[in-house]
This record gives sequence, C-alpha cells and structure tokens, in this order.
Amino acid sequence: MRARAPRADRSNAVHAGAWWLWALGLATAASRTTNMLLLALVAAVAGYVVAARRTDAPWARSYGAFLRLGLAVLVIRVVFAVALGSPVPGTHVVMTLPEVPLPHWAQGVRIGGRVTAEGLVFAVRDGMKLAALLVCVGAANALANPARLLKSLPGALYEAGVAVVVAMTFAPHLVADVSRLRAARRLRGRDDRGLRALLQVGLPVLEGALERSVALAAAMDARGYGRTAHVPPAVRRLTAALTLGGLLGICAGTYALLSASGAGYGLPVLLLGVAAALAGLRLGGRRSARTRYRPDRWGPRAWLVAGSGAAVAALMIWAASYDPAALDPAAVPLTAPTLPLWPALSLLPGLLPAFVTPAPDRAGREERADLVRESAPEPVKGATP
Amino acid sequence: MIRFENVSVTYADAAAPAVSGIELTVPEGELSLLVGPSGVGKSTVLGAVSGLVPHFTGGRLSGRVTVAGRDTRTHKPRELADVVGTVGQDPLSHFVTDTVEDELAYGMESLGLAPDTMRRRVEETLDLLGLAELRDRPIATLSGGQQQRVAIGSVLTVHPKVLVLDEPTSALDPGAAEEVLAVLQRLVHDLGTTVLMAEHRLERVVQYADQVILLPSPGAPPVVGAPADVMAVSPVHPPVVALGRLAGWSPLPLSVRDARRAAGPLRERLAGRTPPPTAVPDGDVLVEVDRLSVRRGRIEALRGVGLTVRAGESVALMGRNGAGKSTLLSALVGLHTPAAGSVRVGGAVPHRTRPGELVRRVGLVPQEPRDLLYADTVAAECAAADRDARAAAGTCRRLVAELLPGVPDAVHPRDLSEGQRLALALAIVLAGEPPVLLLDEPTRGLDYAAKARLVRHLRRLAAAGHAIVLATHDVELAAEVADRVVILADGSVVADGPAPDVVLSSPAYAPQVAKVLAPWLTVPQVATALDGT
Repeated sequence: MRARAPRADRSNAVHAGAWWLWALGLATAASRTTNMLLLALVAAVAGYVVAARRTDAPWARSYGAFLRLGLAVLVIRVVFAVALGSPVPGTHVVMTLPEVPLPHWAQGVRIGGRVTAEGLVFAVRDGMKLAALLVCVGAANALANPARLLKSLPGALYEAGVAVVVAMTFAPHLVADVSRLRAARRLRGRDDRGLRALLQVGLPVLEGALERSVALAAAMDARGYGRTAHVPPAVRRLTAALTLGGLLGICAGTYALLSASGAGYGLPVLLLGVAAALAGLRLGGRRSARTRYRPDRWGPRAWLVAGSGAAVAALMIWAASYDPAALDPAAVPLTAPTLPLWPALSLLPGLLPAFVTPAPDRAGREERADLVRESAPEPVKGATP
Repeated sequence: MIRFENVSVTYADAAAPAVSGIELTVPEGELSLLVGPSGVGKSTVLGAVSGLVPHFTGGRLSGRVTVAGRDTRTHKPRELADVVGTVGQDPLSHFVTDTVEDELAYGMESLGLAPDTMRRRVEETLDLLGLAELRDRPIATLSGGQQQRVAIGSVLTVHPKVLVLDEPTSALDPGAAEEVLAVLQRLVHDLGTTVLMAEHRLERVVQYADQVILLPSPGAPPVVGAPADVMAVSPVHPPVVALGRLAGWSPLPLSVRDARRAAGPLRERLAGRTPPPTAVPDGDVLVEVDRLSVRRGRIEALRGVGLTVRAGESVALMGRNGAGKSTLLSALVGLHTPAAGSVRVGGAVPHRTRPGELVRRVGLVPQEPRDLLYADTVAAECAAADRDARAAAGTCRRLVAELLPGVPDAVHPRDLSEGQRLALALAIVLAGEPPVLLLDEPTRGLDYAAKARLVRHLRRLAAAGHAIVLATHDVELAAEVADRVVILADGSVVADGPAPDVVLSSPAYAPQVAKVLAPWLTVPQVATALDGT
C-alpha cells in the first residue's frame, strides 16, 4: 500500500506559521550563496512545493505576482549595472556605452562607459539572490492563508493584526476598481490607456476605497469588534509596566550585546526584557474577550514542514563554512558556476512539504473552476483579462 | 422587541432632520417591512436599531430607541452585537474574513463564545442556510445570492434576537432572491427571530410581512399597520397591489395567489380584448453579434452568442447572476476582445474603434452609474460630457433637465439620490446621441416612481429610433420596456423572442400581472384596456 497525503481541508491544514518558517529557512539558504545554480535550485524547490500544494484561493494566486516581481528586480539590477557601471573590476569588455561627462564634484559617479562581463555576471548573481528571496516570501504567501497566521497572534496584538489583514484584502479591491474606472473612461469617450487615464481615475478610486473602509468599519463595529472585557486597574497598570519595561530591557540588552563592552550583562538583560514583554502581552490579552474558532493546530506535519526549512538553513550555513568557494564563486576572474554536490543536496529537504502535507483536491480544483464560472458574481465590468 | 419613542435624527450640517417623530413598536417574532420612496430615511431608521446611528454616523438622535430592553443611547453598536444582527446593502463590504467558515465564526469570536459552542453553531448555521458545501470556499468566489446568505449567516451565529436587513434582495436575480426570502421565513417561523427589513422590490417581499411600516415622505411620521391596510395608501406598492387598486378589490391582494382568486370579474371585463401587439421592428440593423465567444481568464463568459438589434427596438437581457449579461454589454462597447465570432455596432467593430469615435455610436450606463462621474459638480460634469462627446455646449444639462427636473447644478454628484445619479449618467451617455443605448441593471435602488419615469424615457427614446438593450433582474421593468427578451444562461442564449412569448412561458421571468391575467403583462396595459370600455 502506498502512503498518500490526505485531502486538504480545514481540519488538517498545516499551521500557517510552519509554512512561514519553512520559507524563511529557504530564504536564509538563498542569502548564503551567490552561486547561480544553487539560487535557481532554491527557487525551483519553492516553486515545486507551491505547484504541488497551493489551493485556488485568492491569496494563493499572488505567487505569480511575486515571480514577476522577482524577475523585475533581476532586470532592474542588471540595467543599473549596465548604465551606472559596476564596482567590479573586469577585463572582458562586452560593449562600451557613450559615457556622460559629469562635473568634477560628481567624481565616483559614472553614467555609461565600459560594460564588462564580470560586472554583468556579478549583477545577475546579486539580482538572482534578491529574486530568490522574493520567491520564498511569495511561496509562503501562497501556501499559508495570511488571515490564519493572524489567529496565532497573542490576543493583545489581535486588533492591530486585523488592521493589517483588512489592508491586505483591500489591494485586490483597488486593482479591480482601477480597471473598472478605466473602462468607465472609455464609456465617456476618453482614452482608457496611458498614464493620464490612470492618474485621472486616482481620485475616484481613493474615494471608493475610503467609502468601503467606512462601510467595513461600521459592519465590524456592529458585529462586536473591539468589545473589551473589564480589567481591574491594578492589572492594567501591571500590564503597562511589564510591556514598557520589557521593551526597554530588549533595547538595552541588544545595545549591550552589539557594543564591545557589555557582552557580559547584555544577554541576561535581553532575555529578561523579552520575558517581561511577553508577560505584558499575555496580560494585555485579558482585555479582549475574544475566543478563537478552530485555530490551526501545530501537529506532526507542521513540525516536518518547519523542520525541513530549518534543516535547509542549517545545512547551507554549515556548507558556507566547509565549501565557501563553491557557494560564493569569484566574479573576477570569470568562472563558470559549478553545482557543488553536498550544498545542492542539502537544499533538497526543502521539498519535503510537497509530500507530507495534505494535498488540495485536484479533481475538485477543476470542478471548482466550473462552479466559479456558473456562480461568479456579476463580473466586474471592464476587468479585461 | 424594538421600540422607537418619538425619535428624530438630524445629521451634522443638515438643515432638516432626516427622520422625525418616529413612534413604533416591532413585536417579538414578527417580520416587519420598512417601505417608502427613496431618500425618506429608511436606512437611518435601520441604523438607529443597531446603534450605528448616531454612534457611528454622527448627528443627533432625540427620543429613545430600545432594543430588547437596551437603550441605544447608552449601548454602543458593539455592545448590541449579541442582540442585533445587521446586514447592509452590499454584502461584500460586510465581510471581514476571507472564507465562509471564518466569516460565520467572526461575530462569535468577538463575543468570546466558547470554542465548542462556536463549532456547533457554525455547523447548525451551515445547514440552516444550505451553505455546507461552500464552507471552505473563499468568499470572493461566491455568487451574489450565496454571498447574501453568508452575510445573513454571519450575523445569525451569535443568535441575535433581532435581524436588521437593508435591501437584501435588490441585487439578486429572482431565483437567488427566493432563496434568501425562504431563509428569512424559516428564521421567523422556526427560531422566532424578529426581522426588520427595508426593500424596494415589494413584489418580492410584501406577502411575507406581518407588519408594514411606511415612511410616506421625508420628515413625515410613519404609518404602521397590517400590510393590506398600509398598501392601500402607500405611494410605493407592487404591481399586484396597483392592479387591486385599479380593479377596486377589497381586501387588497398582496400575493399573486390572492389576486388570482379575486380576478374573476376583471377577467370577464377584459374578455374579448387582447393586449396591444408588440411592434415588429423594421429599422436598420444597429447591433450585430455573431457567434461571439468571450473568455475572462480561464472562464468562458460567453459562448457562441448571436444577437441582432434594430433601430427602435428595445431588448431585455435576463438570466441569473453571472450568466454573462454584463459581459455581453461590455463586449458591445469594446471592453472585451472577442475570443471568437464578431461584434458590429453601427457598422464599427467596437474594440478596434477609438473611444471618442465609439461614444457617437453606442453608449453604456454601467451598473454603478457613479463610475461615470468624475467632476465635483453636476454642471462641471455636464460641461465635460459635452466636450467628450463633441456636442454643443449645454446639451447634457438640457438632457438632465428633461429626464429629471430639479437636479441642482452646484451639487456634488455623490450627494445626488440614486435616481438623480442615474439620470445624470444617462444624460452624459445620451449627449453623444448614440443610436444604441445599453443599460446595465438600471433599477437598482430606484423606487417605483423613479422606475416609472425611467420607463417613460426609455419608451420615448425607442420611439425616436434608438435601439435599447438593458440587462436586468427586474421582470416588471422588462415587461414594461422590452419588445423582446433574450435569456442568457451559462454564457449562451437559451431563449430569444417577443417579450410576451418569452416571459409568459417561464414562471421565473413572468411579471406579477401576467401571473394573474395572462396574456396581459402590465398594469398600464390593463388600465388602457379598461378605459376603452
């Protein structure tokens, strides 16, 4: 009998925090190397897990946007390297751009001039590193519902967290508004393309967003958002003292750790500060009477997911110490990147979530697309595909 | 359960109170219907029940409102959240979370109910509203009727004693509206919930009401009574009541079934007469759609649609939410590029025509007329419309005055009433004198008087040789305006023919009068026929 991952539904969903830890692990690994092949491998690992485990939910669709953003970062980095020159000395001149003469006070700044292969390679590596980080963040975003993560916050931070999530759900509304209003410009016989069209719909879009937020605020108020439980004044004062004292302790402890002299007492102060702040948050949570409906459980699958991310990060950090040349190949002189065996293998545990987490229903996915077609709300006019 | 004692509400910087002298009681377990023309303060009254007026909106409330014994003066909306559930006009602006199950639980989480209670109530509510299959679905992917049911469910889980609903069925197709009303019926009958609801489409709801509260005009005290008594004097009433008043029936019928039982004598008087035949249009072909398919992402919104509209003809597009009506209208103004097939409007291919050129051939009033408005006064808006359409200065302003006298010049378009805003949007579109006029769901938020005015204008435009295509859920409007009805389902045309033939053959799309007195479709038709005797 083959062991297969169960069908994903709410009761077996992997804790959102586990997905974020996994993604942070991959991101840490990506930040440790400039080897293009390893970076591509990190992106591929993240991409494979997303392809295998993401659902059809709106937040899962943002992955494509993150991919495009990553590509854009890569392109911008290379364009800058070409236009503004690169600090990397090189001998292989690819082309020479006309150089803009700059006054003497702008020495050190160069526009145009020689473009060397070394400089380009360096820029591509740097851009790829940033792009890989973005892909990891995008993967976490696609795999974990941001609203679920909120449920794991301590009670005292809940209200701030709601504000963040509401703000996040506003972005898609804004995009839909912009395309609808641009379509409406066409109905008035004005051009619907170009920058001017975009600017002119700006004000109505903002007005619409404002109105929507007021309506939402009214709805939330009427549904009991912000109800508070009675807390005795002594507890309130204690909460304030603990939180403030804790934050001060964290600041002092961090400063001491970073400065040369205070290494001895830095760590205990920091730990005390963290403990006090946590206690303050916990007490502060008493003020809110909220309960949580079916929060995600941190089960064995969540341990595996988070653990695989941590393993990747740890293995790559270790690899950086035993094989620094492979992880960070020199740009000068030019060398072809090689795929170092052990560091590459140490990225592969990142694939584990694609096999151990519950799988979204493939058949259901198709069916769901049909349902959406039949029952989608009146389509937004002019949201041209 | 709900008591208003001499309540008046005056909003900040308003000259006159929005409502005044409200004195009423809604007993426990009753379904009360709040009716009245647009702008008489129905939403203000509803808001006062949930405490949003004045705690959230500002303004001054004098008198006293008590809900389940709690005074809204001393209780903020959030402290009333366990006794009053409020669902606004637009369910989308009500949702805080993104999946159905979380949304149902949100209110209970705020109240701090125990996890196992929450779990049990969510399951009960999923069953009560028929949402069990949708429990894991993201809310954004639901249809309008489903969203409305989720919005109602999300306030039901906290077991409120009072449910306040603002136009729960206005945006829904007839089938989805039935779904929502069936749920409300069940709540009143099985759970004893007190329901207070405002609604423009009385033909859908008045027969379910135990009590009707009529706000006859702004600032006037309410008339409260049994539905039949209030309908006898109400300026807003459904067609079946209009028919009853015309024929002098007593008691006044509120449902089609009552009217049918009283209609015997009227049928005899009408015997031997036939409704005026629908005109066979012979004008030039203005709209030609041939085997049109449109894809929106991976979804085929239209497949193989064919449609021909001639000058002087008015066509109603009907079908459930998401059937492709709006997509078809958008394709006619070039907002969608066809995946297959062709569209020609007035000889031009819309998506290849420059916008400035296209407004002289075809005009679309979108579902949300506000989208068309950018300027900050009515006068500036009209001047801009004249420039856009290259019409003589003053054209648009003249059209506004013709469509709806008394729209002030200096007002911000946002502050107009729904009817005034629609008139302004219609005038802007008509400034280009397009031979083809398209309207998407034009009667949302309009009361019967505003609707009757719209019907008159549309008929006049059709008589002047305009071709009119309107997408609507409003079967009464379709019966009064359209010569031809086209029904879309799942992106294809499933019925296309003269209006009487199509609407009489389908109970979902038949207007009330047709259900009583087929083949007669509308009250004006019957009235004209009776005048002839």
